[in-house]
Amino acid sequence: MQVSLQISDISKSFKDLKALKHISLEVRENELFGLIGPDGAGKTTLFRILASLLLPDEGQANVAGFDVIKDYKQLRKNIGYMPGKFSLYQDLTVEENLNFFATIFNSSIEENYDLIKDIYVQIEPFKKRKAGDLSGGMKQKLALSCALIHKPKVLFLDEPTTGVDPVSRNEFWGMLKKLQKKGITIFVSTPYMDEAALCDRIAFINQGEILQVDTPSAIVKNFAKQVLNIQTPSIYKALRVLGSYQHTHSIYPFGESLHYMDSRKDFDWNEVLNHLKNEEIKDVEGELISPEIEDVFMELSRN
Amino acid sequence: MKKFIGFVKKEFYHIFRDKRSLFILFGMPVAQILLFGFAISNEINNVDIAILDKADDKNSKEIIVNLKASKYFNVLDYLQSEKEIETAFQKGKVKAVVTFDQDFARNLQRPKTSKLQIITDATNPNVANTITNYINSIVVKYQMVNLQQDPPPQLVQSESRMFFNPALESVYMFVPGVMTVILMLVSAMMTSISITREKEVGTMEILLVSPLKPSTVIAGKVVPYIFLSLINAIVIVLLSVFVFQMPIMGSLFWLSIESLLFIVTSLSLGILISTLSSTQQTAMMISLMGLMLPTILLSGFIFPIESMPYPLQLISHIIPAKWFIIIIKSIMLKGVGFSFFWKETLILVVMTIFLLGLSIKKYKIRLA
Repeated sequence: MQVSLQISDISKSFKDLKALKHISLEVRENELFGLIGPDGAGKTTLFRILASLLLPDEGQANVAGFDVIKDYKQLRKNIGYMPGKFSLYQDLTVEENLNFFATIFNSSIEENYDLIKDIYVQIEPFKKRKAGDLSGGMKQKLALSCALIHKPKVLFLDEPTTGVDPVSRNEFWGMLKKLQKKGITIFVSTPYMDEAALCDRIAFINQGEILQVDTPSAIVKNFAKQVLNIQTPSIYKALRVLGSYQHTHSIYPFGESLHYMDSRKDFDWNEVLNHLKNEEIKDVEGELISPEIEDVFMELSRN
Repeated sequence: MKKFIGFVKKEFYHIFRDKRSLFILFGMPVAQILLFGFAISNEINNVDIAILDKADDKNSKEIIVNLKASKYFNVLDYLQSEKEIETAFQKGKVKAVVTFDQDFARNLQRPKTSKLQIITDATNPNVANTITNYINSIVVKYQMVNLQQDPPPQLVQSESRMFFNPALESVYMFVPGVMTVILMLVSAMMTSISITREKEVGTMEILLVSPLKPSTVIAGKVVPYIFLSLINAIVIVLLSVFVFQMPIMGSLFWLSIESLLFIVTSLSLGILISTLSSTQQTAMMISLMGLMLPTILLSGFIFPIESMPYPLQLISHIIPAKWFIIIIKSIMLKGVGFSFFWKETLILVVMTIFLLGLSIKKYKIRLA
């Protein structure tokens, strides 16, 4: 397997804030790689360093064989970059935006039409509309088309689905899978844990540090702890009770329920539920579930 | 080259779709020229004055008639005593009071005596001076014509002739100034705003990641505004020629070349501003405070540089507008050739090269 993206020991600080602390990563060619982490974890900073927009304080990085510092001119011809904030010209129409980005990359819509066809046909009915008047999902599709118009080897997508409705998010990931089949390496970041499962491999990042890198299934499989899913109408009270329970390893709200992990290796989960009932919490139900990626992340970022 | 044309095309889309900046671009020059030409002028017309006529004789009455007959004055009030003078001024309605002494008729025949007193509201010294001169000349004329009297022999009568602007039309002075201010403002402010807008909206991030060279981006930003500023310059010249009958004595060729040069100077200032600021608002503030004010105050447009304190005179040297005003006054009003303003031109050229070089060097190839 060829390495498409090589990051070694990258650090970056902004004044007193250490945005990235000695990050090292490898992304293989033609991989769909996800960088998963909450807001402020350092994702955007890492993207900007890889897109040669920021200089790292320490360390080196290679993208498609080009050094992000020395070979930035060559590198910029070979990558597609889609910033987190919608960054196209709002007062230009869909078509004008595409044409503009095609021109500055010495390309044209026709030349790489097969690459963007699947995406572009969806926004083509609106091609005379100004980009600023598009819906969130449409904007993302247009931005993706613009980032692809010069057939980049590596595609950087910084939180492409933030602020996009669930249906469009699904569609968007479907498009990424198709692009991957066309031989493009995709490096994508997201704060949504459910999207992590759609990547080939993921890296957890929190407070500027990489916590773990593996395939989503391996990450879940190798997780040693058991997770107890607790449902009750008085969720806040239960959270407080278990917060001070002697065997609690961790407890946090997960959607409409609570996820509980015990500090003991083996435990009887009925004991936990009984403890809740003794504390006068009514209608408690619970079941052991296989951990999800978010559980792993919560556990990793505790340490 | 294809990239460059694509970029310029995009810039024109931005300009023509943004109604506000279009308005600034084309509305302001016209508005300013008309404002300066019609409203703001040093000439006086229909000034309200009051009369305190203690003499009340034939001569004083005739002078009052003469004052009324001129288009400059409008007798609003007749006062009864000296006490009323101050109240008249305080009310702010009259700009001057003309007082005739009781012995006015007698004094008129004798030299070396005061004949009448002109009291002016000097809150605006320039206007007060002008009013005094106008009233004076009406009185002197009356003496010469009606009393067959020579002007007082002990006074040296100077006869002035105004070169280059014989009628002392203030529009002649304002057109070069306004043209300078407009070109400076449009070129510098609009380019700096349009570059910082890319930073603010985030599109600069994408432009940086693209293979566009800094020089292509800058040239692509500048070329549309050169074009638009030239149109502005033409509109201003046409307005001044056809609306204000201002003659252009020198060659149109040099006028265009020098205007183009000044436009490029201003544009490079605009680019420099945009490299220093990260938001449109800062860019606008720097353009307004840092360029507009010095251009208006220190360029010799309104206040003569010769009468400024020495430190300010030194500062005025680094203001491009000063040199451009000298150049276009030479071309438009004096009608002299290039040999008379090559030094000023050279100074502008050097400034432009310096500013352009600095801004290309300062243009960031990365964020932050």
